[in-house]
Amino acid sequence: MTLKFPIYMDNHATTPLDPRVLEAMLPYFSEHFGNAASRTHAFGWRAEAAVDDARDTIAQLINAESGKEIVFTSGATESDNLALKGVAEYYQGKGNHIVTTTIEHKAVLDSCKRLEKQGCTVTYVPAGKDGIVDPDDIKKALTDKTILVSIMLANNEVGTIQPIDEIGKITREKGVLLHVDAVQGIGKTPFDVRAMNVDLASLSAHKIYGPKGVGALYVRRSKPRVRLVAQMDGGGHERGNRSGTLNVPSIVGFAKASEILIQEGAAEAEKLRGLRERLWKKFQRELDQVILNGHPEQRLPGNLNVSFAFVEGEGLMMAIKDVAVSSGSACTSSSLEPSYVLRSMGLDEDMAHSSIRFGLGRFNTEEEVDYVGDLVTGKVKKLRDMSPLWEMHQQGIDIKSIQWVAH
Amino acid sequence: MAYSEKVIEHYENPKNVGTLDQNDPSVGTGLVGAPACGDVMRLQIKVSDSGVIEDARFKTFGCGSAIASSSLATEWIKGKTVDEAAGIKNSQIAEELSLPPVKIHCSVLAEDAIKSAIEDYRKKRATRGNA
Repeated sequence: MTLKFPIYMDNHATTPLDPRVLEAMLPYFSEHFGNAASRTHAFGWRAEAAVDDARDTIAQLINAESGKEIVFTSGATESDNLALKGVAEYYQGKGNHIVTTTIEHKAVLDSCKRLEKQGCTVTYVPAGKDGIVDPDDIKKALTDKTILVSIMLANNEVGTIQPIDEIGKITREKGVLLHVDAVQGIGKTPFDVRAMNVDLASLSAHKIYGPKGVGALYVRRSKPRVRLVAQMDGGGHERGNRSGTLNVPSIVGFAKASEILIQEGAAEAEKLRGLRERLWKKFQRELDQVILNGHPEQRLPGNLNVSFAFVEGEGLMMAIKDVAVSSGSACTSSSLEPSYVLRSMGLDEDMAHSSIRFGLGRFNTEEEVDYVGDLVTGKVKKLRDMSPLWEMHQQGIDIKSIQWVAH
Repeated sequence: MAYSEKVIEHYENPKNVGTLDQNDPSVGTGLVGAPACGDVMRLQIKVSDSGVIEDARFKTFGCGSAIASSSLATEWIKGKTVDEAAGIKNSQIAEELSLPPVKIHCSVLAEDAIKSAIEDYRKKRATRGNA
């Protein structure tokens, strides 16, 4: 098989639309254009039926009790905002303390920041060096004012999978609600809202080969019944939780993407794990000073986050410009700060600058992995030949012993 | 962010990568930047008795713009007198490479590297003169 360029290995950022998803969506752009809220004619009924079927499929993906527990949103950022702000506002009489972690997505962290300005207190529990949050640390952070714990299922940078199961036992016992940002994990690692005692969960379609611009918030309806204050006012859609005309074609696509994962997710995860290990073994075999970031096993099957010591991440990405990956290097962010996730895991800043995230997905092939493995290995060697730090390392000079002048 | 053609050209075919003997009295070495900031440049010059930079070498840990800035810097200073080289401004490097605002610090680092190498060379010469 011939390779097609550029090669996409950034499947944590977004995934390509599965052709089967597109096919399912198309009729809802044309003949089935109705508004799902139109209760008085066939156009509306058709749209509403499609949306209700979609709710059931998405509920099945996470083992929710009912499709009625699915609130459609514009994406996971909105879902995270709605979960945190909606819960904080509704339960303010009960308490004002939220527990989350330092490695959450900005949609959670920045929602917390805003809530702090409005009188909430937030505890940010750090992850360990392996990127895993210790459930005991969550337990210790709880107070009698705690109303919510918010933690991600899997981290978007280092792919570590958090012990939701154990955290769910703690929160349930303490009567605290548990919100899980499940965007990166669903369909790739087991996620069962009932078995894990999850009360709210954010989901996104475009991370699972569905369309962009649509997501959902799972809101538990019984034991306990979770209540929210809507953050978007209007026609009272989604049982009053989120106003706005539903994006029917995208919701249908979201459901189709979920259905594919229900059927093929486990096999796909195995395939991705194989490809990931193939790439990692190649680097380990051919390069010195390559460090795996995150946990060796407890991570998303398609995630490989590595630091190629003494080579800067953006410089390396430029050398492999026909391959789409991402880096924790400051140069890739507008803030000129390297990844806060890697830093909060205790990684040295230079190693954060040297990190590359390979995100393997459904459409990657073994040929692509072998090509990328060879290419990256060669370019790392070339860039190390140009790196003063590599030269020092080879002369036995510890770069930490040098007094660098920050600029 | 797209790179300018000149950055790509210098990045793909960097000029004057390498190492000069740090202990050679006619060699000046500048090491600037910090690993924690994501860029470190080492620029070296070899100066003739008449004060002309005969050779220049660099090694850089950094992004494409940092590598291109150092490559361009070595190209420009070769054949210049030490005094002429000391007059090179970061803005000239940034302009030549069409660096976007977020990459201006790469050109600043290159100017610092030139100055630091010259300073090292002058210090060495002064010590030699006193000996």
